[in-house]
Amino acid sequence: MIEVQNLSKSYGPVEAVRSISFRVDQGEVVGFLGPNGAGKSTTMKVMTGYLPPNEGTVLVDGMDIRKEALPVRERIGYLPESTPLYADMITYDYLEFVAAMRGIPAEDRPARIRAMTNACGLHDVLAKRVDALSKGYRQRVGLAQAMIHNPPILILDEPTSGLDPNQIVEIRELIREIGRERTVVLSTHILSEVQASCDRVIIIDNGVLVADGTPEELRSSLSGGEQVSITLLDNEEEVASVLGSWDPAEVVEHGMDDNGETYFRLNSSSDIRADLFRLAVSHNWTLTGLHREGKNLEDVFRQLTSG
Amino acid sequence: MHQTWILTKRELRAYFDGPAAYVVLCVFLAITGWFFSNALFLQNVASLRSVFSIAPFIFLFFMPALTMSSFAEERRAGTLELLLTLPVRDWQVILGKLLSVALLLLLAIVLTFVYAVTLALLGDLDLGGTVGGYLGLFLLGITYGAIGIWASSLTRNQIVAFILGFAIIFLLFLLDKITDFVPGQLGVIMQYLGADYHFQNLMRGVIDTRDILYYVSLTGFAFLLTTYTLAKRPE
Repeated sequence: MIEVQNLSKSYGPVEAVRSISFRVDQGEVVGFLGPNGAGKSTTMKVMTGYLPPNEGTVLVDGMDIRKEALPVRERIGYLPESTPLYADMITYDYLEFVAAMRGIPAEDRPARIRAMTNACGLHDVLAKRVDALSKGYRQRVGLAQAMIHNPPILILDEPTSGLDPNQIVEIRELIREIGRERTVVLSTHILSEVQASCDRVIIIDNGVLVADGTPEELRSSLSGGEQVSITLLDNEEEVASVLGSWDPAEVVEHGMDDNGETYFRLNSSSDIRADLFRLAVSHNWTLTGLHREGKNLEDVFRQLTSG
Repeated sequence: MHQTWILTKRELRAYFDGPAAYVVLCVFLAITGWFFSNALFLQNVASLRSVFSIAPFIFLFFMPALTMSSFAEERRAGTLELLLTLPVRDWQVILGKLLSVALLLLLAIVLTFVYAVTLALLGDLDLGGTVGGYLGLFLLGITYGAIGIWASSLTRNQIVAFILGFAIIFLLFLLDKITDFVPGQLGVIMQYLGADYHFQNLMRGVIDTRDILYYVSLTGFAFLLTTYTLAKRPE
């Protein structure tokens, strides 16, 4: 369990993080969202004990990261932003080095490295030098070194940045796999990633926490009601006059789309799709499309972090 | 302590996996060897004095060169963040790096024992001067290494680290040689602070704790400064 309490961190006069508080429970996968420069990496650097906070603190399983730095670090696996690795080392040697530094006994290291090789798919690159690896493999080596000591907590700073779509899917699956039994905090600015792999989302902007909840909660907290759009083959004026005086919804926009069909966008406080369908039937309209504009995290993100 | 040793091994491997260690050892042996044989065969002087006189000059360049990457490169590549989030203390990391430099230095010095053995076989070897000289070389090298490591922690640019380390070491090297230009009392202080002055003492075969203490405390001071620099977690 991680508890971040009133954490503030500045670099000289620049306040990177301002009094952030949140908690991450055991076994949760939490997505850390925010625009670039919002303070995600800074927060993570403090959580891993790399940077000392200016104010506030972080408790990991009840232990203060500053007072009990080493036991806390033993519990955390960390993948820093842009995956720094020793370029001049062979992948196997590098993992062996991290395992040794993590205090894994020499006789257990081959087994741990083998387990990580299987989990992260490193078979082909174990004998290669780190600087010869592709971005995707570097990322996997980074994940492997973060998990080599089987930590209960993983902190991953942008684990999928710079990867191609296939690699993103692979790493995401890997993270979901890992997240079954561990606490994971991962930062990203890719929203679909959060939707795909996180139980909870924390959004920060300008160093301030602006949202904290499940993706579902955040979507429903978004202001404004439901939006439904329909397309029809009927005369725009005629439909507009009916819908204009139809109580349950309000016409936001209408016109002719690229296919020559009439379209309407309606706003309402509840789900009106069924009523709308019956209305169309009663007026003998030829309905070719009807769907609810799902509010997604992107809207939440934009609303919370812009301006 | 265990982790410090793991770090030392990694650093040593990095030296020996690349050309750095071989170049340093070969050039060091070539230069000292030339001075040694020059004195032996051309001037008929059976002494290690020529080796001990040139070695501090070589260290002046080699120690900053060997240490310039130690933290600067870790900072540039971002690996410092990985290293300092492992369950180790900062001082263990610094000690690991210093130890690796010390071992490389020791190897370079041990390889020059060939000269001492040659002399011992040929005739009389000034044992006191030899032991003192070797001890002095080692202490001098470590001190320069510790300063080089501190310089390397101040920047993420290896060239800047080298120049900075060299400048500090050169100043220490010069201090006891420019005492003629300053008034008496200050001259004494400067002489005491000069790195070469203490080496000259040891080379004479007088193993004085004051000289040893000088190097040990300077090394300790540079070590402390490095700890201080790292504690601020430079970007």
